[in-house]
Amino acid sequence: MTEALDLSLYAKPAGEGTLGMELAVEGIACGACIDRIENAVKSLPGVREARLNYTNRRLHVAWADGAVQPAQILKVLEASGYHGHPFVPLRAEKDEAAEARRLTRCLAVAGFAAMNVMLLSVSVWSGNVTDITPETRDFFHWASALIALPAAAYAGRPFFARAWRALRSRALNMDVPISLGVILALGMSLVETANHAKHAYFDSAIMLLFFLLVGRALDHAMRRKTRAVAGNLAALKGQSAHRFAGGELTSVPVAALQGGDRILVKPGERVPADGTILGGNSEIDESLITGETVRRKVASGATVYAGSVNYSGALTLKVAVAGGASLIDEIEKLLEKAASAKSRAMRLADRASRIYAPVVHLTAALTLAGWLIAGASLHDALVTAIAVLIITCPCALALAIPAVQVVASGALFRASVILNIGDAVERLAEVDTIVFDKTGTLTLPEPRVANIAALDPGLLQMAARLALSSSHPLAVALSREAEMHVVFGGAVEEPGHGVRAIINGIEARLGSPEFCDVVSENTSSASAVCFRHGKRFEVITISQKLRSDAVDVVKSLRERGLALRILSGDRPEAVAPIALALGIESWQGGMKPADKIRRIEEWKAGGGRVLMVGDGLNDAPSLAAAYVSLSPISANDVTQARADAVFLGERLRPVLDSVVIARRARGLMTQNLWIAAIYNAIAVPIAIGGAVTPLIAALAMSGSSLLVTLNALRAGGRTP
Amino acid sequence: MNVLIYLVPTALGLGLLGLFAFLWALRNGQYSDVDGAALRILSDDDIEH
Repeated sequence: MTEALDLSLYAKPAGEGTLGMELAVEGIACGACIDRIENAVKSLPGVREARLNYTNRRLHVAWADGAVQPAQILKVLEASGYHGHPFVPLRAEKDEAAEARRLTRCLAVAGFAAMNVMLLSVSVWSGNVTDITPETRDFFHWASALIALPAAAYAGRPFFARAWRALRSRALNMDVPISLGVILALGMSLVETANHAKHAYFDSAIMLLFFLLVGRALDHAMRRKTRAVAGNLAALKGQSAHRFAGGELTSVPVAALQGGDRILVKPGERVPADGTILGGNSEIDESLITGETVRRKVASGATVYAGSVNYSGALTLKVAVAGGASLIDEIEKLLEKAASAKSRAMRLADRASRIYAPVVHLTAALTLAGWLIAGASLHDALVTAIAVLIITCPCALALAIPAVQVVASGALFRASVILNIGDAVERLAEVDTIVFDKTGTLTLPEPRVANIAALDPGLLQMAARLALSSSHPLAVALSREAEMHVVFGGAVEEPGHGVRAIINGIEARLGSPEFCDVVSENTSSASAVCFRHGKRFEVITISQKLRSDAVDVVKSLRERGLALRILSGDRPEAVAPIALALGIESWQGGMKPADKIRRIEEWKAGGGRVLMVGDGLNDAPSLAAAYVSLSPISANDVTQARADAVFLGERLRPVLDSVVIARRARGLMTQNLWIAAIYNAIAVPIAIGGAVTPLIAALAMSGSSLLVTLNALRAGGRTP
Repeated sequence: MNVLIYLVPTALGLGLLGLFAFLWALRNGQYSDVDGAALRILSDDDIEH
């Protein structure tokens, strides 16, 4: 039976009888893929546009309404070797894109103005020590004013708006001294120009804006990139469900399911939504939710949760009304509590600027008062105070942290770690304890053949190829060992028992012990399959397997002085061998979500900074409660959304890399803050002394900004 | 120094031209797929075989 795939949820009208759809495309490996994908989609009659964005791996398709079914596009992609996953772009993503364009426009205007004003200023500076005529100097100053004033009014808006918002709510942020400095500098320069003075400060004001905008644009670009990647991941994980519509079965995206829908879950599939069983008997694996690896028997009337794997029989479910499922509800509640506790931890940059803003104002005010008391004219005192305000404005400070974050997140990305939250880098660096979940985190998310060494290689290959014909989860696990991915012709699956086929003229059977006529001496063979080929047979045990590099990574982490612990929801008997293999002494099994949180809170209270690495739904609250959290890409959606970063692949190495990269980045951030502080320590006394000419201000500001930016680039080096 | 009266505005005008060119490129989506643009130039699907 072929069932129709209904994707109408994703097709959006794009004007003139055209429908458009966005797809996240998986499997793009090189530049040639661009042509291959676009040509394949364009070959469909009725498709008007197909454009692949290689940077964020997204395909935009537009077609004449009614000419093409969205499902056909997926099929064409599939035929060319790519997987397309339709998705609706998040609203937040659109807003961020608009904000990014606005910041870039401001940056362009400020850059243009800074270059041209500087051109005129350098002429004045060199003229002042040679033979510039006062008329030419005035002309240059007026020309500078003509460029700087409109440019500042345009490019300064992001700062002015935020400063105004802060002032209205009677608060002080870093934007207040910035705005004040820029406006005062421009105003004073205008007065000075009108009075034919030797110096004007248009260049300082506009350069200040330019450097600050660079920092802000970098910061924004990074947050936007992480969000786009997160959006793609969400789409890639989006699965489809079989929904009964009338008497027929239609395949719909999970996002389109509603409370009360009746759906079919076939053996070997993941349960797409929480619900109650209306019909069918089966065993389900809830390891993704509770960490428990023993399968649960379910029958009509039982409640099942999204993310569990259906093992033996087809189930008909009634989808629970959103928010009606008690387990999810309870976990959501725990999550909210834990998340609110975390937001109290302030970001390093915010902390620095909160202390810094009042200091800037105070220094400027004291300078003004000091010079007045010392008998200087109001004009001279004001000029000096404004110079202090400009020179203390935190160009280097504003660049110091975003620049390192951008470079470090790039390095993390190359190490297969994707950040959900930008400041996770700072927190990762401070970690002293790592808590691992077992199932799916230390072990691979999918079970594997455990006793390969004891098996006859020829029989194993035969069994693995035969397993390709079955969708039973144990067979799927076994089929991963197959070297040839060719199905045996004539293989027949007997639901609930196994598969059989004729291989080399002899009947081969794969399945339960009874089906294969094997007397299994292994009594706890919940995860064993038997294979018989003629007279020869093997009992193949399938179980959770450690990630291939887990032992080495755990060793390296310990060498770096980190305390390692395991908290698992699985039975203690199942956790013990894993802990022993890894040499982790502190472990606990049978933990409920609330127990995990309690343990983490205890360690936190003892001064520990806990990195939680987990994937189960039961880990989501502890991920939120921990100081910082990581989760593998195979994790449950809810869990992934709570993690500060997500890592890809089958290896545990990204956990080590993320700590190493974060520590290096943290070191560079501290260095950069010191560079900014030393810059201030030298420049501020000169400014208070009244000796800052526009030339000195320009050199000091660009010099320190360049220095911190170059220093930040060091965060991107290779990990050992 | 009278030459400056028209040279400075000319220089500014040229700079503005560059600025507007950039803003146009930005609005036109020239920067939305930076990695892709570098690869698309290598494709020769415009050549008839």
